[in-house]
Amino acid sequence: MTPLLLMEGISKRYGGVRALADARLECGRGRIHAVLGENGAGKSTLIKVLSGVVKPDAGTIELEGKPLVFATPAAATRAGIVSVFQELSLLPDLTVADNIGIVDPPKKWGMIDQRAQRRRAEAALARVGAADIHPLARVRDLPLSRRQMVEIAKALARDPKVLILDEATSALTAADVAEVFKVLRQLREEGLAIVFISHRMHEIAELADDCSVYRNGSHVATFASGTKSPGEIIEMMIGRDVESVFPTRPAKRQAEAPALKVTNLSWADRLKNIDFEVRPGEIVGLGGLDGQGQRDLLLALFGALTGVGGSVAVNGKVVTLSSPRSTKLPGGGIALIPEDRKTEGLMLAMSVRDNLSFAAIDQFSRFGLIDRQAEEAAIGEMIRLLRIRADGIDGPVAALSGGNQQKVVIGKWLMTKPQIILLNDPTRGVDVGTKQELYQLLRVLAEARAAVLFYSTDYAELIGCCDRVLILYDGAIVRVLEREDMNERNIVASAHNLATTVAEVPS
Amino acid sequence: MTGLIGRVDKALVAALGFIVVLLFGGALYSRNFLSADYLLQQLQVASFLGVIATGAMVVILLGHIDLSIPWVVTIGGMMSTAAAGRGGMAGSLAIPFAVACGFGFGIVNGLGVAYLRVPSMIFTLGTNAIAQGLMVVHTSGFAPQEFASPTMHYIAVERSLFGIPNAVWVWAAIGGATVILLRKTSFGRRVYAIGNSERAVFLSRGNVNRVVVACFAISGACSAFAGVLLAGYSTKAYQAMGDPYLLPAIAAVVLGGTSILGGRGTYLGTVAGVVLVTLLQSILSIVQMPEAGRQVIYGSVIILMLLVYGRGQKVVS
Amino acid sequence: MKRDWSFWLAANRGPLIAAVLSVAMFTLFASQHPAGFSLNIVNTAANKGALLAFVAIAQTIPVLTSGLDLSVGMVFVLENCLASTLVVGSPLQTALGVAAVLASGLLCGALNGLIVVVGRLQPIIATLATGAIYYGIALLVRPAPGGAVNEDFADFITGSVGDAVPFSLILLVAVVLFIWIPYRRSVLGRAAYAIGSSEQAAYMSGVPVARAKFLSYVLAGFFAAIAGLLLTGLTYSGEANALLGGSYTLSSIAAVVVGGTSLYGGSGGAIGTIFGAFVLRTIGDLLFVFDMDPLWQPLFLGIVLLISVSLGSFRLLRVKKRVDLYR
Repeated sequence: MTPLLLMEGISKRYGGVRALADARLECGRGRIHAVLGENGAGKSTLIKVLSGVVKPDAGTIELEGKPLVFATPAAATRAGIVSVFQELSLLPDLTVADNIGIVDPPKKWGMIDQRAQRRRAEAALARVGAADIHPLARVRDLPLSRRQMVEIAKALARDPKVLILDEATSALTAADVAEVFKVLRQLREEGLAIVFISHRMHEIAELADDCSVYRNGSHVATFASGTKSPGEIIEMMIGRDVESVFPTRPAKRQAEAPALKVTNLSWADRLKNIDFEVRPGEIVGLGGLDGQGQRDLLLALFGALTGVGGSVAVNGKVVTLSSPRSTKLPGGGIALIPEDRKTEGLMLAMSVRDNLSFAAIDQFSRFGLIDRQAEEAAIGEMIRLLRIRADGIDGPVAALSGGNQQKVVIGKWLMTKPQIILLNDPTRGVDVGTKQELYQLLRVLAEARAAVLFYSTDYAELIGCCDRVLILYDGAIVRVLEREDMNERNIVASAHNLATTVAEVPS
Repeated sequence: MTGLIGRVDKALVAALGFIVVLLFGGALYSRNFLSADYLLQQLQVASFLGVIATGAMVVILLGHIDLSIPWVVTIGGMMSTAAAGRGGMAGSLAIPFAVACGFGFGIVNGLGVAYLRVPSMIFTLGTNAIAQGLMVVHTSGFAPQEFASPTMHYIAVERSLFGIPNAVWVWAAIGGATVILLRKTSFGRRVYAIGNSERAVFLSRGNVNRVVVACFAISGACSAFAGVLLAGYSTKAYQAMGDPYLLPAIAAVVLGGTSILGGRGTYLGTVAGVVLVTLLQSILSIVQMPEAGRQVIYGSVIILMLLVYGRGQKVVS
Repeated sequence: MKRDWSFWLAANRGPLIAAVLSVAMFTLFASQHPAGFSLNIVNTAANKGALLAFVAIAQTIPVLTSGLDLSVGMVFVLENCLASTLVVGSPLQTALGVAAVLASGLLCGALNGLIVVVGRLQPIIATLATGAIYYGIALLVRPAPGGAVNEDFADFITGSVGDAVPFSLILLVAVVLFIWIPYRRSVLGRAAYAIGSSEQAAYMSGVPVARAKFLSYVLAGFFAAIAGLLLTGLTYSGEANALLGGSYTLSSIAAVVVGGTSLYGGSGGAIGTIFGAFVLRTIGDLLFVFDMDPLWQPLFLGIVLLISVSLGSFRLLRVKKRVDLYR
């Protein structure tokens, strides 16, 4: 049977970098096809070619046996290939209804029929189980998880033949993900072909029928889901043997004075009476459902919020965090790896070098004048330490892959030799290989007596890296999990504010 | 400035190339055009625009714009001649006083843009109107009658070293200081960074507001100082003396390769842009082109040059 | 679930404030005018306000796409000069002249649009340059102030209809009803808002970015042409006045801001701008009525302008995430 979608021989070069080399993808009708690979493997570029955002240098795309060429994303959509991207394609100042109907809205006398458009939007939202979103709400007023639901509703409203999801569930709550999966399965029954990129193995295991792995721009293998173990899959993606994902945790150390002590922290009605401490050498995790205050807590600890109540003490001394500048403290201070590296962590058009030295620039300056030699030496050392890909150091940091970009952000902060390191979902959109390097790095930093606090939406990560996990619900800490209690069942239960203690069941 | 060197160099090369074309074209029309005397005179006139463009460039690098230049220039001219007119102590402090006025205006601009978060285009438009209002009150609507001080005349008109006009030396000094500021200091690094992403700078412990205020203060000081030079050159200040300089200053900065969106640009490019604009205006006046033709050519040249190296990226992901 | 009107209110706060302000100020002005409330006073004020309003509407549309048109003032002056040459003679010739003026406005806008969309030059600098070109052409048409205009036509467009309502106001309402609202509700009009909101997302969503941007500049030229016709009707002549053009360009930006449209694009509209223009014009008249020393008026106007554009900063007090202050 001819596959619904066939991409063959796709190649694409960006300057000297080969993003895709003779790649192929085949997806049948009524199948959910997962696309896997490291960043830089070409998955994103392949998807962009399919969605008409990027024109390939060579190769063919066939839909239902007919060859297609797209000049623009609009053309791809008209052909029946609809995409949901990780970087949202929503217009913040327009309403939900306008966004859903942005292309090809219902018309009356040549003008947009607002009422019909609104009804269409309500239907689309109900279809993905997001009927609580008001169609006249401005997208910029919605939280990220609601926005992503609107994005998915918008894609479905275009009646696709092929639906592409590029990390489209990364910001969703667990409940939303369940709803979306239900809809996707329904669509599969209706005969759609669904292609989705995800770095979350458990999602892929749950949803996919087929998997394709890519490495270095080429197709490596396609297999039915469940026929390969996660270890084998990772090996295919990285091309090298992977022993363990997480570094071993050291034995519990004796209690000592905390590096960071948070007492009765409150903010607006989003953070409520938060008490905890982090000792030097500890990695403490923040868990729970998305949007329960974890990101806000990290921002509060970095001085990026106003009107924060309660107190924060570093090394025993209370500090007033009125702005990020006040996080520069004797002993190293507090560093924050922010949520969105592209808009908050990096100056995209500036070179990798300039980005790396930016936070610590005063260290290399006397009376404001920069000591270039000292700066270069420190930059070189950081590049070596983090194993940042050396080609393109003098070019804009925008050209680097997601994982390398994240390394630059972390390197920038490590240059300030921080004592307390806050990380806001640091492995989001980062490939498996770099993720492992980051886990190793966190351990190394902890060994060097840094106090690490990190928020992750990935339970496996929290369990694997942290000494302790604080579960937040509705802005308050509802549970602290340690050692044997740190397992997925407890995390999920506490995240939903259910009090149970389940030790890991031996398998 | 590492990164994007290719693009900025292209602008510089194109600007320099066009300068050569202009010189060649001017020489074809009249051999006097390439005489040392005439070229030095052009440099002298360019210095006034150059000082203004320096301040404009620093603000544009941030991703902002300073539309208060016209009347801050006028304030510089009028305040310095007013002080000079009083003579004595006030007279000798005429120039610092005028520059301080411009500096103060710049600080107000910076405070409004940084702390009130009003878009710079509209806020500086407002301060420009206020500056005009203040000068109207000061002069009661008439042309000011005070003369420029001898010092002002000296730096604007005289040629003391190697026959090169003092104004050019002054521009060179200001330019040199600006280059050091932008390329070799942490302040300069922050200016470029803010032009790239204010938010990332804020979250990297950068003091965004202080840098913004400082840059607008620099622009105000430059504008006022240019007003001093202009008053020295014409021996008097006059109403709306700064008006003809705003658009050419912005054009010069952009023609020199600085992005109007901020974050990219070199001072050398701005220098080339200033020389380019000055030579263009000069040639058009030598060939006795009527004003209508001058305007059309001026506008067309800017567009054509920018089509060569100032085009934006196609909107792709 | 929030009520529908609460969403509309939140989105239109700026224009509503401008509307209330302009009505209040005009009432104050009319009531305090020494000559009393008369048709003549209303007519003059309406004409002055409408003149700026049309130029400001021209500015609004490219601003919606987060662009800018610094040539609107010069197109305004150019059309004034053209009108003083073409809108003369018999009624047929006059009508053809009007059509020619409007068409040339469209052409100027089209040139701007081409340079910005196809040339991909930044709007600030592109329109700055085309402004010079349009001014140069204006000088070619009218090297010295002069010309004439069909006086019946002039008196009609600057007079009052039925001795009650100024024609310029009727024209404004007509333009809003028959051009602005259909535009705003059209695919290309909404696309303009989309582009201003996020050009990247608009492109990825399949919005016709190039066409919408191009149209926004074409419309700008058109509205500037209407303003030029109105000016010719008021002065019975044409003048290539660079100062006037420059001043109207800058005032149009101020009117756009005061009327509640964001300079960053994505929100606002022509209706708010019209009220913004009237607010600006009425302030000047109020100063006259309250007998402020003319010497102090420019300063006062400048201060009022600065304060009115800074008013939006009060919302900063409500910002709880300091990081959101930075773009």
